[in-house]
Amino acid sequence: MTILDAVKSIETALPDAFERAYEFRGDITVVVNPAHIVEVCRYCRDTDGLRFDMCSGVTAIDYYPNEPRFALVYHLYSMRHNMSLELKVYLAGDEPVVDSVTGVYPSANWFEREAYDMFGIHFNNHPDLRRILMPDDWEGHPLRKDYPLGYETVQFSFNFDEVNKHKPYAKE
Amino acid sequence: MTRLEDSQWQGDLEQIKGLVTERALRGETMVLNMGPQHPSTHGVLRLLLELDGEEIVSCAPDIGYLHTGIEKNMEAKRYEQAITMTDRTDYLNNMGNNLVFCLAMEKLFDLDVPPRAQYLRVLLAELQRISSHLVWLGTHALDLGALSMMLYCFRERERILDIFEMLSGQRMMTTYIRPGGVWRDTVPEFEPAVRDFLSYFPARIDEYERILTENPLWRDRTQGIGFISAEDAIRYGCSGPTLRGSGVNWDIRKAIPYSSYEDFEFDIPLGQHGDVYDRYMVRIEEMRQSIRIIQQAIDRLPDGPFRSNNRKYVPPPRSELGHSMEAVIHHFKLWTEGFRPPKGEVYVRVESPRGELGCYLVSDGGPRPWRVHFRTPSFMHLSVLPHLTKGHLIADVVGIIGSIDIVLGDCDR
Repeated sequence: MTILDAVKSIETALPDAFERAYEFRGDITVVVNPAHIVEVCRYCRDTDGLRFDMCSGVTAIDYYPNEPRFALVYHLYSMRHNMSLELKVYLAGDEPVVDSVTGVYPSANWFEREAYDMFGIHFNNHPDLRRILMPDDWEGHPLRKDYPLGYETVQFSFNFDEVNKHKPYAKE
Repeated sequence: MTRLEDSQWQGDLEQIKGLVTERALRGETMVLNMGPQHPSTHGVLRLLLELDGEEIVSCAPDIGYLHTGIEKNMEAKRYEQAITMTDRTDYLNNMGNNLVFCLAMEKLFDLDVPPRAQYLRVLLAELQRISSHLVWLGTHALDLGALSMMLYCFRERERILDIFEMLSGQRMMTTYIRPGGVWRDTVPEFEPAVRDFLSYFPARIDEYERILTENPLWRDRTQGIGFISAEDAIRYGCSGPTLRGSGVNWDIRKAIPYSSYEDFEFDIPLGQHGDVYDRYMVRIEEMRQSIRIIQQAIDRLPDGPFRSNNRKYVPPPRSELGHSMEAVIHHFKLWTEGFRPPKGEVYVRVESPRGELGCYLVSDGGPRPWRVHFRTPSFMHLSVLPHLTKGHLIADVVGIIGSIDIVLGDCDR
């Protein structure tokens, strides 16, 4: 079964979940309805001819200021058939919530925690949804596009005092 | 000398609820904090271990101490500037990180790479694999008490870093691989240095094996420890030697060949038991296979250009700048505004010394990447650590951490 047959098979078996599919430089991406992501993952893993047994990773994209703002991408790989597939889910910006796929792919556990930490996307039924890279008491989600990169102004003689005022030690 | 009491969890047990079992909250088991400044955690990894006597009941890795926001920083840099950041993620696999990011860019731009550059990339990636495995072997053996291995391994690694310095001017942060090829052509001393290394190194691998492979102490500390079955390894997303130690024949260099790996002959070493010892044997054998690949690459290194001739993405050679107006314009545009790739998203995976290293690159058509994500093997393998350590003794934890070969820079990015 080729990858195109695999996409066709997802489309016919789960018409509610399948939204569209596209190809770019040989990478096949299937856009999936967020309500059905677990169902699609289970279908991809368990169906003969697909057998996407490995989830290489899950990552998020922030399309700010466009709506739907967030996208989650699941990189699936089939050892038996040596083919890879990207599943993509679009999420609304005000309240990004999606079901966790850790029940199907345990390897998604830490990647979903990373997406929660960096983008503030919530995963229902995740066994351990905590921040992973940032400290527990961190505010904000750093990889969002409206989160500033943060920098220190270069101090020259003409703006010495002005920059000095903002430095932490100057507050005392 | 650290006393045990210093490492014991002093804080409120309520804070770590959910990370440890109910038994720890009742005070039946002991909660021990290992790291982040512990020599055998290979960097700044913190483990929250729950112990029943010497046996591990649960293990909760705590990462992020080396998080430097590289993915966020890359979004603020132009593509050609962002390459330098990739070196700083996995600091034992600099060439491999350059390679995966450049392959992702080339896939996005649809850029050709001349054969000479492809062979050079393979050659350097394999040298890097050997040097990374040498650091792994040295530190892994050091953790388990074979102190002298570290000195031997770092001695040989230095010869590889000398070759990198010869080519790129840097021992570690090379940024030698660029979109469309490599930074510059090889120097005349390069080929003799590689051949010298090839004639010198295989005997050194035998030497390491004489020290460790049949050593009863080494076997006692590694055999039957940190077992993972083939099914679990796939389910948990293991790759590289960790996966092949469990007997799964999957190597990205063979399964999805990139950068002309299909031209080379090499075997994929496999383990059977999926324990620390088998992962050790797989990596030792991988070094021999890398030697084979390097030998073929240096023998068949084609002549010709070392980078693509596509002026939209690759800067013109300096010799053209003096007499070609067009070259000056391209040079100026490339270094002031960068290039504008098509809109799209690509995912590229390569076989790093640790396993599957993936790069997911999203472009919005501007000169800066919209999103770069690195799917790193250390991150994945650390998430398997609780599964690997369960039921083992605390002394085996250091052996298991060593066997999955983590680099915290790779993990935290």
